[in-house]
Amino acid sequence: MSLLIGVPREVFPGEKRVATVPEVVEKLIKLGFRVAVETGAGDAANFADDAYRAAGAEVVPTAAMLWAKSDIVFKVRPPSPEEVGLMRKDGVLVDFIWPAQNPELMQLLAAKKATVLAIDCLPRQLSRAQKMDALTSMAGVSGYRAVIEAANAFGRFFNGQITAAGKIPPAKVFIAGAGVAGLAAIGTAANLGAIVRANDTRSEVADQVVSLGGEFVKVNYEEEGSGGGGYAKVMSEGFQQAQREMYAKQARESDIIITTALIPGKPAPKLITADMVMSMRPGSVIVDMAAEQGGNCELTEPGKAVVKHGVTIVGYTDLASRLARQSSTLYSNNLFRLTEELCKTKDGVVDVNMEDDAIRGLTVIKDGTITWPAPPPKLPAAPPAAAKPAAVVPKAKGHGEASGPMAGTKTAVIFGTAALLFLLVGRFAPPSFLGHFTVFILACFVGYMVVWNVKPALHTPLMSVTNAVSSIIAIGALVQIAPDLSKISADLTRPEEWIRWLSVGAITLATINMFGGFAVTQRMLQMFRK
Amino acid sequence: MSSSLSTVSYIGATILFILCLGGLSNQETSRRGNLYGMIGMAIAVVATIFGVQVTSAGLPYIVGAMAVGAATGLYLARMVQMTQMPELVAFMHSMVGLAAMLVGYANFVDPAVSVSLTPAENAIHEIEMYLGVLIGAVTFSGSVIAFGKLSGKITGKPVLLPGRHLLNLAGLLAVIYFGYAFVNAHSVADAMTPMIVMTVVALLFGVHMVMAIGGADMPVVVSMLNSYSGWAAAATGFMLNNDLLIVTGALVGSSGAILSYIMCAAMNRHFLSVIAGGFGTDSGASPSAGAVQPAGEVNPILAAETAELLRDAKNVIIVPGYGMAVAQAQHTVNEITQVLRAKGINVRFGIHPVAGRMPGHMNVLLAEAKVPYDIVFEMDELNDDFPTTDVAMVIGANDIVNPAAQDDPTSPIAGMPVLEVWKAKNSIVMKRSMASGYAGVDNPLFYKDNNRMLFGDAKKMLDEVLVALKAA
Repeated sequence: MSLLIGVPREVFPGEKRVATVPEVVEKLIKLGFRVAVETGAGDAANFADDAYRAAGAEVVPTAAMLWAKSDIVFKVRPPSPEEVGLMRKDGVLVDFIWPAQNPELMQLLAAKKATVLAIDCLPRQLSRAQKMDALTSMAGVSGYRAVIEAANAFGRFFNGQITAAGKIPPAKVFIAGAGVAGLAAIGTAANLGAIVRANDTRSEVADQVVSLGGEFVKVNYEEEGSGGGGYAKVMSEGFQQAQREMYAKQARESDIIITTALIPGKPAPKLITADMVMSMRPGSVIVDMAAEQGGNCELTEPGKAVVKHGVTIVGYTDLASRLARQSSTLYSNNLFRLTEELCKTKDGVVDVNMEDDAIRGLTVIKDGTITWPAPPPKLPAAPPAAAKPAAVVPKAKGHGEASGPMAGTKTAVIFGTAALLFLLVGRFAPPSFLGHFTVFILACFVGYMVVWNVKPALHTPLMSVTNAVSSIIAIGALVQIAPDLSKISADLTRPEEWIRWLSVGAITLATINMFGGFAVTQRMLQMFRK
Repeated sequence: MSSSLSTVSYIGATILFILCLGGLSNQETSRRGNLYGMIGMAIAVVATIFGVQVTSAGLPYIVGAMAVGAATGLYLARMVQMTQMPELVAFMHSMVGLAAMLVGYANFVDPAVSVSLTPAENAIHEIEMYLGVLIGAVTFSGSVIAFGKLSGKITGKPVLLPGRHLLNLAGLLAVIYFGYAFVNAHSVADAMTPMIVMTVVALLFGVHMVMAIGGADMPVVVSMLNSYSGWAAAATGFMLNNDLLIVTGALVGSSGAILSYIMCAAMNRHFLSVIAGGFGTDSGASPSAGAVQPAGEVNPILAAETAELLRDAKNVIIVPGYGMAVAQAQHTVNEITQVLRAKGINVRFGIHPVAGRMPGHMNVLLAEAKVPYDIVFEMDELNDDFPTTDVAMVIGANDIVNPAAQDDPTSPIAGMPVLEVWKAKNSIVMKRSMASGYAGVDNPLFYKDNNRMLFGDAKKMLDEVLVALKAA
């Protein structure tokens, strides 16, 4: 019997996202599941009940009915205590849980003997897990939305223009933290035409910042800030001092600041002080994407946009939800990829395989037993250092490219051999042979020089043309077929018939080659076009 | 026509041949190069026929033979499919080889050629004759086998006799021994036996050599035979004291040798080890114990999803291989390319030097399908661009996109330059099954997370992709 996946309407105030969109409903059904959706679940994200019906889902009138009949529930926000109350015993829940912040919720769910997969606990360092990484996809949406919110609150264009009505300077945007959200914000702001600068404690992201059209601002202090799993770590005091100076400078110069700095399990670092806000020009905007964790700016009020010292400080905590249709689509695709992993047999039955690193990490409660936190996943067997020595790829010596001079001994050996050969030839060969020999050696070198630069695309035509040219052998047969014997010796018995027919055969064969070779080369060259 | 006039004509023909080969090294000048070749050949043939060495008694035979040859050659050139080019080229090499053999024999039975020679000159002449027939015979039988392999009439796998290196060595010794007997023979009748024995040995050697080489090494074999056909012509030139033959033969011979060298370099292999044959059977029949077997699962993809991925991409690189030639999929590939380009997607082709069964094989197929050549690139030109590529589509290729060549020093193909498709955001590999490539090496690319496998016949699958692309 295939399992039923239930998608309730989100009850958290202001939450507009939905865990599954109609498009994914179809894919889930193809995997062998049945799908039920609470009525109105997708309304806020512009997915009507009818769209779900058309995709093959059953629309259930109340949340209670839905929770009661679902074997598996897909959600976005952590369930409220009431929702946990509705949940079926032994059910499966796939959702954001944040187990570190919500210990009571974990207890409630464990008491229900539930199996809970917390999408926020995905081991992100597994590259296999990327397709299920909802944190990344949500952060990308938030980063985009943060720029849009900033543009909304900002009183000017982002791009610089010179118009009949005067010159407009481009907006200067500073982005603190170049994680997924920060990078999305960089790309969006750069696309709108702003001058974008960004900073991150992890220096390896500098290239990514530049690739999206931003400029990487360094902190004038040596310390590496990678804290594993793609997150940053807390930095030393000296570094923080240097960082503050850099932020103060950026605050004076920038029109818009977007902060995304988060350290897992800790309150967000306070990067922008009240003084820095005061130093900004009136009309400037700060979007604090870390508002939910206390904010990167001292003056942020989570969930609200406020104006302080003439600066609009946006502290919305629901940026992803404000782009509900987009974020729902991405989130439900992440869940679908997860479902694929759970249901490799494609028969609508899930298998929570605790041997699988990705699934082990996700599973925070298994049949009522809390299994969080998961042990660190077995990382890809080959550590980067081990792969290094193998990667000594010999630079392919491209032809046409000047190849380096040969090693001395090798050259000496070659020249020595050649000298010996030439000595032998000179000692024994008659003069008539030497003339031909000269021509032969020179021709070899000419061939080498002429062909060395050939483009790979022309290898085949070159081969067929040289092949055609080699039918010059016909000359050899031509001169034998009926030579003027009177000049040589009159009384010679010559097997005329033999020679003639051998020559005729050779001429025929060589001519096939001659005409065929040139014609087919011509045909090929006609095809090459720009 | 006087003797001087025909000599001058020969010089003219020589220059035209050099210009011909030079012109062929670049697209812009290639057609003119071919024209130079034709003119040069015409001059050479006409100057010979009307020169002092041919009397009018031979004309009817010459005209008859050339008419038959020309008709056959033109017919073949007209009828050949571009996917059959390797076979045609191999077939033509065998023509040259056989012709060289026949000319050698004709020269051998003709007593007129050695009337005025000193003993030393005579010995040299006999050696030249012997070598001419030898090279001709090897070229002939080797090309016939190569033709059979390329056209699928003979198994493409290397056929390895026990003690094959010893067999080759014995053949070489026999050839030297009979060469000695040949030079010391006093009459044509005496010399006939060693000559015939040598011819048989040479023919067998040609068969044996090419039989031992298979699959992906065929480009080397084809260009090597090309080189041999040139050396055969040069040897004939020595035999007949004809400088035009010597020069032209040497040109062809050295250009073929360079092509073989380029092919070997592209596979990071030594020329001798290719010629010795039997790739992967000496050293790495089974992957050595230390080799990391690629693990993980393979992600299949459907044609419709492939179309979706392609449609959403900005940069696409297509890597064709022999599988595209087998499936005759080049026209569909071109149509897909056009649809994608019309949508503003940057589509490029990445060609590995040894993709296919002949040097430049893929380029010819793409050109036939009218893919513009300025979007077709060599490996070195776009290998650095894969990280910024959204979709890399591999059509019927395996070893040339194998990351093990870079990552795994124990792999039999370690160090071979490969196209780094796994660095693209997504790669799609079209393959008939999970079977490993010619080198018999498993391909870790298939197990990468950003790789999807599109199983099925390349032509059929690409047709489906095209339909899906056009539908949307």
